[in-house]
Amino acid sequence: MARGNGKEVVIEVRDVVVGFGDHIVLNRVDLDVYRGEILGFVGGSGAGKSVLMRTIIGLLPKRAGTIKVFGNDMSAASDRVRNSVERRWGVLFQQGALFSSLTVRENLQFSVREYLDLSPRLLDELAVAKLEMVGLDGSALEKYPSELSGGMTKRVALARALALDPEIVFLDEPTSGLDPIGAGDFDSLIATLQRTLGLTVFMVTHDLDSLHTVCDRIAVLADGKVIAAGTMATMLASPHPWLHAYFHGKRSRVGQAAEAGAPALSPD
Amino acid sequence: MSVETLLEGMADGDRLRLAGNGAWTAGNARRLEGEINGAMRRYAAVKHVSIDMGGVERLDTFGAWLLERLVRAFSGRGCDTQVTGLKEDYRHLVDEVHTVKLEQGPVRRPNQILAALAAVGHNVAGVGHSLAAFVNMMGALAVALLRVVANPRRLRLTALVHQLDNVAWRGVPIILLITFLVGCIIAQQGIFHFRKFGADIYVVDMVGILVLRELGVLIVCIMVAGRSGSAYTAELGSMKMREEIDALRTMGFDPIEVLILPRVLALVIGVPILAFLGSMAALYGGGLVAWLYGGIDPDIFLSRLREAISLDTFKVGMIKAPFMALVIGVVASIEGMAVKGSAESLGLQTTASVVESIFLVIVLDGFFAIFFASIGM
Repeated sequence: MARGNGKEVVIEVRDVVVGFGDHIVLNRVDLDVYRGEILGFVGGSGAGKSVLMRTIIGLLPKRAGTIKVFGNDMSAASDRVRNSVERRWGVLFQQGALFSSLTVRENLQFSVREYLDLSPRLLDELAVAKLEMVGLDGSALEKYPSELSGGMTKRVALARALALDPEIVFLDEPTSGLDPIGAGDFDSLIATLQRTLGLTVFMVTHDLDSLHTVCDRIAVLADGKVIAAGTMATMLASPHPWLHAYFHGKRSRVGQAAEAGAPALSPD
Repeated sequence: MSVETLLEGMADGDRLRLAGNGAWTAGNARRLEGEINGAMRRYAAVKHVSIDMGGVERLDTFGAWLLERLVRAFSGRGCDTQVTGLKEDYRHLVDEVHTVKLEQGPVRRPNQILAALAAVGHNVAGVGHSLAAFVNMMGALAVALLRVVANPRRLRLTALVHQLDNVAWRGVPIILLITFLVGCIIAQQGIFHFRKFGADIYVVDMVGILVLRELGVLIVCIMVAGRSGSAYTAELGSMKMREEIDALRTMGFDPIEVLILPRVLALVIGVPILAFLGSMAALYGGGLVAWLYGGIDPDIFLSRLREAISLDTFKVGMIKAPFMALVIGVVASIEGMAVKGSAESLGLQTTASVVESIFLVIVLDGFFAIFFASIGM
């Protein structure tokens, strides 16, 4: 792996096989995620990106292979170990998955209230602090998830994923459904939070701009395997046909610019 | 963990030196808050405060916020406050928290919105549900129950009371009305037909035995399956659809324990109470019709009733109630958890939940009839 040597591996995926019925989605997948990096995870629609993410966080069963998080083999771990690992990660679901019957405040305080014995004042102050860190303010606290816009839902969901100060956050298509400006803001928010909190970010995405601006490393899933992992430069230089189509396609300004020899990301 | 203090203070005239120690993280947040509040009280008269963060090994948002709160509190008193020795890694975080504005303290809205529950859909005959799902859910519930018994603090008391309110308390008026009417109708039909044989008075035996043994509990269970079983399925199903149950799982919660156990317990507690109230209402209705339509005096009705029924008659009805409640709760939970991504699936499962639980309640009633007959109750 390109830049991995000497860095701590926080998620280690080895030979993982996941399938539904006769359909094998992931076929002996290997992947390492290093501490403190933002890993962009890409692949065609239906290639199984979300499946791998959900397998790592334990929502889908795997047929073979091992997944180690912080060095703990998740399928062999006791409930206590699993639980302590679950407290060290946060998950941003594609649709936010906010608890619809609770307000934003209650959503943000839910796991904190359960796991930590804090005073109501501190709980409320931290809810405001987390909201401001994701670029909202206290006025959203008493709203219900159904009253939030798409962008706000994503931000609140991110704040909830960060509620217990996790070490890893999983983001499932964080910028999907946002307009390009909102998506750009969200990208820089993730980069800022990653720097501030020292997070490890595992981001499933289709957004080429996100990949270019915030991701340290990119892993590509195709044909049920991780076919490449490395920096954007590695991806652009790769001769693999799928990678070429993805990164040099019509929608990739980066690719077009690179081919035309012009500076990347120049206005069209 | 060590029991060292997280914040040490050294006052020197109007100067105060505070030194942070150890891990200022989520796990220590409560202790740290206490120590900070203590320091605020103890050193009320200082003018210059310097906080040395050099000894802090780890800092997260919780610790950073508490540091910020300490700084704000001393600054708010007009103290000159300085933070020194902060590790470079944490500088970003502390700066970030420094910009948080608490002033626009939002007003708490009176929160009475209850999630609207999906109405019971169309009747679909499709009852074939696997026994495995039933056994599986019973097993999962038993495990959750054992965990709660072993550690009663895990019981979601608020949820249980909320569900009891929905299931039992709010169900009382409609159940009283329906059982009352059923009692009236049985008495009227009985009198109408028994009169041909001059056996009017035996209507009291029929109403008493029928209501206490069978109809009271059966009608209540059918009502509860329609009212609460369907609501359970719809609630759980829509939570499943919106990935809320997945979210619970990733946070390390067991959905059976958090969502299903309080609901099933509420049914097991609530249905016997409703069955008792329903039986009384039906007897009252029967007595009223016997008096007004059949000319049987209330005194005669009561004395005849005393002869016709025994404590066993009453017990037979009440023993059945919690078992039927369990069946309704388990079926509703299974169907709720079986909901797939679409709203249509939610409707189908809700229907299946109601049809199936009523069917199973009646089958169970049949087994109980055989059982009680064979033990002579």
